Amino acid sequence: MASYFSKQLQSLLFFTMSWCLFACNSENKASLSANSIIYCSEGAPETFNPQLVTSGVTIDATSKQLYNQLITFNAKNNSISPSLAKSWHVTRDNKKITFYLRKNVNFHQTDYFMPTRPLNADDVLFSFNRILDEEHIYHQVSGGRYPFFQSVGFSDLIQSVERINDYTIRFTLNRADSSFLANLATDFAIILSKEYAEQLIKQDQMENIDFQPIGTGPFKLKEYRGGSFIRYNPHEQYWGSNTTLKQLVFDITPSNTGRLTKLLAGECDIVAYPIAHEKITQNPKLALNDVTAFNIGYLGFNTAKYPFDNKLVRQAVGHAIDRQAILETVYFGDAKAEAATSLLPPSSWAYDSNIPVIDYSIVKAKELLLEAGLPDGFSIDLWAMPVQRAYNPDAVTMAKLIQADLQKIGIQVNIISFNWQEFLRRVALGEHHAVLLGWSADHPDPDNFFKPLLSCASAETGNNRTLWCNEKYDDIIHRALLTTDIKERKQLYFQALNIVAEELPLLPIAHSKRFQARSTKIKGPLLNAFGGIDFNGVSKN
Amino acid sequence: MLIFTLRRLNLFLFTMLILSILSFSLSFLFPGEQIINISGQINATPEGIELVALEYGKHESLITQYWIYLNQLFEGNWGVSMTSQLPIYGEILNHLPATIELTMTALFIAMVTGIPIGFIAAINHRKKADDFILSFAMIGYSIPIFWLGLLTILIFSIQLGWLPSAGQISLLYEIKQVTGIQFIDILLSDSPYKWQAFQNASSHIILPSCVVALAPATIFIRLARTSMLNVLDTHYIKAAMAKGLTFQQIIYRHAIRNALVNVIRDVGLQFANLVTLAMVTEVIFSWPGIGRWLIESIYQRDYTAIQGGLLALSCFIFLVHILTDFIYATLNPLARETHRGPQ
Repeated sequence: MASYFSKQLQSLLFFTMSWCLFACNSENKASLSANSIIYCSEGAPETFNPQLVTSGVTIDATSKQLYNQLITFNAKNNSISPSLAKSWHVTRDNKKITFYLRKNVNFHQTDYFMPTRPLNADDVLFSFNRILDEEHIYHQVSGGRYPFFQSVGFSDLIQSVERINDYTIRFTLNRADSSFLANLATDFAIILSKEYAEQLIKQDQMENIDFQPIGTGPFKLKEYRGGSFIRYNPHEQYWGSNTTLKQLVFDITPSNTGRLTKLLAGECDIVAYPIAHEKITQNPKLALNDVTAFNIGYLGFNTAKYPFDNKLVRQAVGHAIDRQAILETVYFGDAKAEAATSLLPPSSWAYDSNIPVIDYSIVKAKELLLEAGLPDGFSIDLWAMPVQRAYNPDAVTMAKLIQADLQKIGIQVNIISFNWQEFLRRVALGEHHAVLLGWSADHPDPDNFFKPLLSCASAETGNNRTLWCNEKYDDIIHRALLTTDIKERKQLYFQALNIVAEELPLLPIAHSKRFQARSTKIKGPLLNAFGGIDFNGVSKN
Repeated sequence: MLIFTLRRLNLFLFTMLILSILSFSLSFLFPGEQIINISGQINATPEGIELVALEYGKHESLITQYWIYLNQLFEGNWGVSMTSQLPIYGEILNHLPATIELTMTALFIAMVTGIPIGFIAAINHRKKADDFILSFAMIGYSIPIFWLGLLTILIFSIQLGWLPSAGQISLLYEIKQVTGIQFIDILLSDSPYKWQAFQNASSHIILPSCVVALAPATIFIRLARTSMLNVLDTHYIKAAMAKGLTFQQIIYRHAIRNALVNVIRDVGLQFANLVTLAMVTEVIFSWPGIGRWLIESIYQRDYTAIQGGLLALSCFIFLVHILTDFIYATLNPLARETHRGPQ
């Protein structure tokens, strides 16, 4: 009898266990993972306040998830569109810009903060004064460095920020600057809560403003475990269209192969910067997305030094380099980068396909060298950057290809590479003859390419590695900032691009792409040509 | 039993003494300032360092310094991590339970598979099955664990897609940390997805624990086999056979129990080996345990963390060792009371 009973018990136990392990879960399963996304990111954010950084990792994790800016870029055509400001007005002289704020915009409601009022002009004033006013109580919290705003000279540009009434705010500029709106629409110019800041002053925990964030964005921070994961929950009272997600988790996985494994094993829905693209495209459950990023990889000539102080020599080298071969070898073919024809990527509004492109022709190169009086060739130092960047995944290989190309017209190339800091320092001093570098834009305004790369001012600060200074070019790009008329600006930038194509201070090589791999269950756009990723509008089915 | 307990306690205290002296002297042996190594206050101002030095009795004799260090340890002040500036004690409490969970599961798997297989080999002594089991044990013992880990990920996670490759549980499940042992925390939580989380955590532990278990399991196979062969060779088994007991009766009633006792004694010894394997496995499977944390600390030259981690891990291993000794002593009177049985 006893043994009969124990057998019964055993079979019952077995039945319940197997039922619990398989049956009872399948019905619930849909509800939790169906509306949650795990994003495997490449690194941990340094802070939760994008004002303080320029690093892509932090921007991806925080900006568009937690915050909003006054204005934003329309993802479709990169034009500026309303966000927290429902409209704005620019005076004729381009020096006064008035923003009219959206009403009933709610801040996050979390364990650590309970907002009592919606967003108003005080919050906007607080967010910008923190950056601009060195006496501001929050300015020095977290170190007092605002790299993006310092690099665009925000404090010199802005004369004042005033509160007109609860929902109106006015910026007064010292001079007209048509890239000002674009700068305000970048991921860095986010709006913080003044009420939260005041609460933190009372609690004597001011540094928490950057680590326990409160914003107006579509997601709010639930939990961050340092270096391991970030958990976001949806912001139910979001002013825009609400996300359909129940949870958004950033699984911080710095290793490339680790991210690939998690993607293949179904532990991540989306991974940043995937490797082994072929493996992903072959898998029917996965998709590979790419977007042509706003960047450029180029060969810069030191125009202050023999032999590249001569325009003819620069053109000769331009003709002698087989850029198609570089694209195929270094960027793994056309799929991953497109050949650059000018400073600007084709998706910029100021791009013009009528700009003359320098073609690959050994004959022309030799003629030009003859004309320059250097038919016997010479020897140069080519500096190749030592780190990987999206715009140049392998500068040393690129340098070797260029070495072989230039050999054909009698130029001997020595390839030089230092560690990154030393490299940048020495290049800024002008020790190179030519250098392989690149640039990623922070916002789609073309000025972000023209000014930092080739202006006289940036040649002085060392940012312009070609040390090229052309007064006519400088005058044109300065005039382009004084007007907001797109047609007029386009015309001016066309002239500037023509000067660059003629003078050739740098040889554009490629505009590379940014990649992302995802499960085919994930729908909606995520990658932008510039700036961080945006999960609002992404859904899972 | 009392004398046995006292003896073990004595051993425990002395080992702890030596371990703490070792850990204390590490702060002198590591490069850099001793006071920074021991406290982890890497960003402190000179005045701050002076305060810490006072706290640790830097101006007293070495013996006093050591005594203060011991007191600090008992108060839970293990210094802060040089890289993250988080308290070491809290970090260890966060990471150690995951390792306990992994090693205990692996130990369980190793025992329930290894010991019976060893017995089967012994019963089929010098037959095909025995040869097969022994060669399997040899291969299993020789496979490098990092390779095995990667291989199982490749097969079971990537190719077949059956089991997850990283972590303790899917990040979607929010389980509040109470004990740190995931399964207990899941059962304690009031999440509506409790059983889903339980199932998810189970599927996460299968691969890493099996990988850790393989090498110890093969050792248990050989131990169990030898032990069983010895038992089968004893006079009382022969006597039982002579009395006409069936083979099954002999094995189940007499041989297994007596053979098992000898295997248990070696479990404690195997445990140190198992923890070492678990440390490597934790790195491969991104298991959030103390082994992975310690290896990362070694990479980052986080001396304070290395000292604390070593101390905690060796304490843990030693405790398990003593625990198995007690179990062995309870099961085997010969071990605890020397006046019984032959000397």
